[in-house]
Amino acid sequence: MGRGSDRAARCLFFLCALTTAAALLLIAAYLILAGLPALREIGWKDFLLGKIWDSAHAEHPQFGILPLLLTSLYGTAGAVVLGVPLGVLTALFLSKAAPPKLAAVIRYLVRLLAGVPSVVCGLVGMTVLVPFLRERLDLPAGDGLLAAVLVLAVMLLPSVVEMSEDALAAVPRTYEEASLALGATEAETWFRVSLPAAGSGVAAAVALGAGRAVGEAVAVLMVAGNAANMPSLLGSVRFLTAGVALEMGYAAAGSLRQQALFSIALVLFLLVVLINILLYLARGRGARP
Amino acid sequence: MKRALAWLASVLLVVLLISCGPGGRETVNLDGSTAMSGVMAALREAYRGRTGEVQINCSGSGSGAGVEGALSGTCDIGLSSRDLTAEEIARGAVGHVLALDGVAVVVHPDNPVRDLSRETLAALFTGDIPRWTQAGGEDRPVAVYGREAGSGTRTAFEAALGITDRCAYRNECCSSGDVVGGVASNPNAIGYVSLSALSDLVDALAVDGVPCTLETVRAGTYPLRRPFLLVTRGDPAGAAGDFLRFALSAEAEPYLARAGAAAPEEA
Repeated sequence: MGRGSDRAARCLFFLCALTTAAALLLIAAYLILAGLPALREIGWKDFLLGKIWDSAHAEHPQFGILPLLLTSLYGTAGAVVLGVPLGVLTALFLSKAAPPKLAAVIRYLVRLLAGVPSVVCGLVGMTVLVPFLRERLDLPAGDGLLAAVLVLAVMLLPSVVEMSEDALAAVPRTYEEASLALGATEAETWFRVSLPAAGSGVAAAVALGAGRAVGEAVAVLMVAGNAANMPSLLGSVRFLTAGVALEMGYAAAGSLRQQALFSIALVLFLLVVLINILLYLARGRGARP
Repeated sequence: MKRALAWLASVLLVVLLISCGPGGRETVNLDGSTAMSGVMAALREAYRGRTGEVQINCSGSGSGAGVEGALSGTCDIGLSSRDLTAEEIARGAVGHVLALDGVAVVVHPDNPVRDLSRETLAALFTGDIPRWTQAGGEDRPVAVYGREAGSGTRTAFEAALGITDRCAYRNECCSSGDVVGGVASNPNAIGYVSLSALSDLVDALAVDGVPCTLETVRAGTYPLRRPFLLVTRGDPAGAAGDFLRFALSAEAEPYLARAGAAAPEEA
């Protein structure tokens, strides 16, 4: 009886694990199958490097995703550049400098921020940030790459803070004590010893944040303006995710346009896979015996 | 005891799930234009009051998808807020004119401009006029708000002004509500929405001196108008056919008017 139920439990766990893995494989296989036809018809070079996305043009539709691709890359890079230093320094403060009570409060707030739905981030961006940018910078409209970068930077903060803090907490106390004993100040110790020792964890936090930013759809849809221009900081831009979300409802089943949207999804998927490989490498490099 | 309760709960859950299915009630599935959602909600309500037996589901995934759904049979009736294309008609789509809709040109309430000619409108939307001064307004930049490619409202608006695929959009919004929200929060903005989606947050401009109202749309004097179509493939049978006849009957007209659309003149 005991052994039988043990085997049954193992079987159940295995099935659960299999389902999870199968879900990913199914998505990957479907994206590749659905995304390749348009790539073949348009030509991968024209698709990836074409500068004009005009999928609904009556006579000459054009399917170049370079503006969308660059927007996603710039937007993610911008959010990382703004969000990561802020997040890492917050983590440093929480794990090393903050009084325990204050740290607990801030930690709680960070967790709360992680739970804010992206549509709420987008809404605040749309009603507060976008009009603010328009007035301050004297623009026709405030929606654009800059607004999206700012919103994304806030959205990737929680994962950066939490992961960096875990990494910093895992730095052996003896490293820091040795540094202090040699006469380094506390700040010197944090920046010269703790942070480098936690390097792989911080790098993983960056990759995780970038993954979150590149896959975000709803919030950027609300603040980026969504015209498929080549990206400029203050101009209206369209992200890869927004491109799929905006047009999927309008693309006739089986049309080249729908297939091209699947190809965009495939590119997005590959981008996320690439970021995850970087994440894996970052973690692996830092692994100590 | 606990186990018995758990069993009872599971049985109840299963019963609930089964009863959620189609069961004995007939369903009619509608899909298409988001601009028609207000009108369809009103009609659905009215129809439900008349016959309690039929379940009507309505989703908004755009005119193109609606026509496609009607042709492929994924929905019973497609909703299109633009004329059918020659290709769609050739494939067997039949459009029934449910109502006429005006495409209202909207600006921020603080914008002093109240009336524009069609030429000026075209120049504003294609980007030939980058500042409001050239259109009789204050010295502000122009921000053009529109809908995403494939939208029935966009197709109808651009076609009516002869600027198909030539608009220089600053913002492409994914629903009429988004356009209203965007324009209401930006004094530089100009956009277009379905007359039935108009709200007090924005001001509708007169075009060539004609204001956008139910009367001018119905009379045909307002230049930017388009049909709301119920699209079927052939003659639908059963509940879908009954709903179609109700929607096109005189009985439905007051509900159309209340939702902001003009019933077509008797042909």
